[in-house]
Amino acid sequence: MNLLSAHDLHLWRGDLHVLRGLSFGLGAGRCLQVTGVNGAGKSTLLRALAGLLPLESGAVSWRGLDTRKDTFAFHSELAWLSHGTALKGDLSAPENLRFSAGLRRVFSEADIDTALSRVGFPHNDGRLARQMSAGQQRRVALARVLLLDCALWLLDEPTSNLDTRGQNMFGEILDAHLERGGLAIIATHQALAVRADRLQGLELT
Amino acid sequence: MSNATPTAVSSARAGWLLVQRDLRLGLRRPGEWLQPLVFFLVVTTLFPLATDPQMSRLRDIAPGALWVAALLSSLLALELLFREDGQDGSLEQLAVSGLPLSWLLLAKTCVHWLMTGLPLVLAAPLVATALGAPYAAIPGILAALLLGSVALSLIGAVGAGLTLGLRRGGVLLALLVLPLAVPVLIFGARATALAIALEPMAAPMYLLGAIVVLSATLAPLAAAAAVRISLE
Repeated sequence: MNLLSAHDLHLWRGDLHVLRGLSFGLGAGRCLQVTGVNGAGKSTLLRALAGLLPLESGAVSWRGLDTRKDTFAFHSELAWLSHGTALKGDLSAPENLRFSAGLRRVFSEADIDTALSRVGFPHNDGRLARQMSAGQQRRVALARVLLLDCALWLLDEPTSNLDTRGQNMFGEILDAHLERGGLAIIATHQALAVRADRLQGLELT
Repeated sequence: MSNATPTAVSSARAGWLLVQRDLRLGLRRPGEWLQPLVFFLVVTTLFPLATDPQMSRLRDIAPGALWVAALLSSLLALELLFREDGQDGSLEQLAVSGLPLSWLLLAKTCVHWLMTGLPLVLAAPLVATALGAPYAAIPGILAALLLGSVALSLIGAVGAGLTLGLRRGGVLLALLVLPLAVPVLIFGARATALAIALEPMAAPMYLLGAIVVLSATLAPLAAAAAVRISLE
C-alpha cells in the first residue's frame, strides 16, 4: 500500500513545462531515486512534493489525505534537505542541531551525540559551522534528518560534497531508515547503496 | 524513524528556541546590531551641525530628526531580517516544520527588534537631550519610540519577506516599507513633539498603540505569505 502518492502532477517554471503529468506511489520501506539531466526538474519535483512550490494541477497524498488539506500533519512527518544545509555559520554542530531539529522534536544531548556519531562527525568537535568543510556541514545536516525522526525523507543531492566513506555512511543510514518502514525520495546521480527490492527509479527528461 | 512516536514540540517552545538561537547569533555578530545604532547616532548628530545650533531651533526639529533617523536605521537593519535564513535554507526548514510559519517569523521579528530597535530606544534619551529636549520629556519620548520601533519592525518584516530572493532588494524594500511606515512617523513625531512641549500626548500614543496591535496581528501572516512566495 502506498503511503505517498503523486497523481498527474503538472508544474510550469516560466515557459517551461517541468512536470508533465507525473504520477507515482511509494510504500513503507521504499526509496524513490529521482534522476535526470541538469534542469530536468529533480529539485522542482522535490520542492513541489514538500509543498514549497504550488502545483498547477495534480495532487500529492500522504496516508491517503491530500497534503494541501492538512499541511501541518504532512510536514510533521517530513524531513527535508535541500542544497542549502540550513546551518548557522556562527554556531557549532550541536548548537545547530539543538536550535534547528529542536524546533520540531524533543531530544536529549545524548541523542545529538548519537546522531553526530552516526554520520561520522567527530565527537567533541566545537568548531563553528563556518569553520567546517562542505562535506562536514553536509554530515551535520544529515544528522538533523536523523534527529527529526520522520517517516518521509525528501533529500536533494544528500551526498554532495561527501567523500567515499561519507557516501557509504549515507547508504547505511538510509538502509536503516527503510528497514524500519520509512520512505525516502532522493534526487541524486550517485548509486544508492540500498537493497534493490527497496529501490524505485524515476528518470525525469 | 524510531518505533516510538517522536515527541513533538509546542509552538511556544519552538518560538522560544528560535528567539534563543537568533539572540545567540546576534551576540556573536555585534556588528549587525551596532550598525543601525551607530547610524542613528551619526544621523541625529548631523542635524545640529547642518542647522542653526540654537537650542530652541534644535528643540523644534528634534521630533522630525529623531523619527526620520529611527525610520532609516530601522530600514538599514531590515535587510538582515530574513536574508541569511533565506540563503542558507533555514527558512525552507521553517516552512516545512509543521509549525505555523507566521508564529516563527514573529519570533524572529521580536529578536530583530530586540537587537536593532531596542538599542535605538535606549539611545534616545542621549540623542533627545543633545537636541534640546527637556529631561521631563524623556519618558514620553522613550514610550513613543518604544511603540514606534516595534511597529516599524513588524511592518518591515513584510517588506523583508517580499524582497527576500531579490538581489539589491534594499531599494525595493525601502520603497515598500516607507509608505506603510508613514503613519508611524506622523504619530511618533507628534507624540515626541507633545512630550517636548510637556503637553498631554495620549492621543498619538493611543494611535501608535493601535498600529502596534494591528501590525502584530496582521504583519506575521503577511510576512509568512511573502516568505512562502519568495521561496517558490
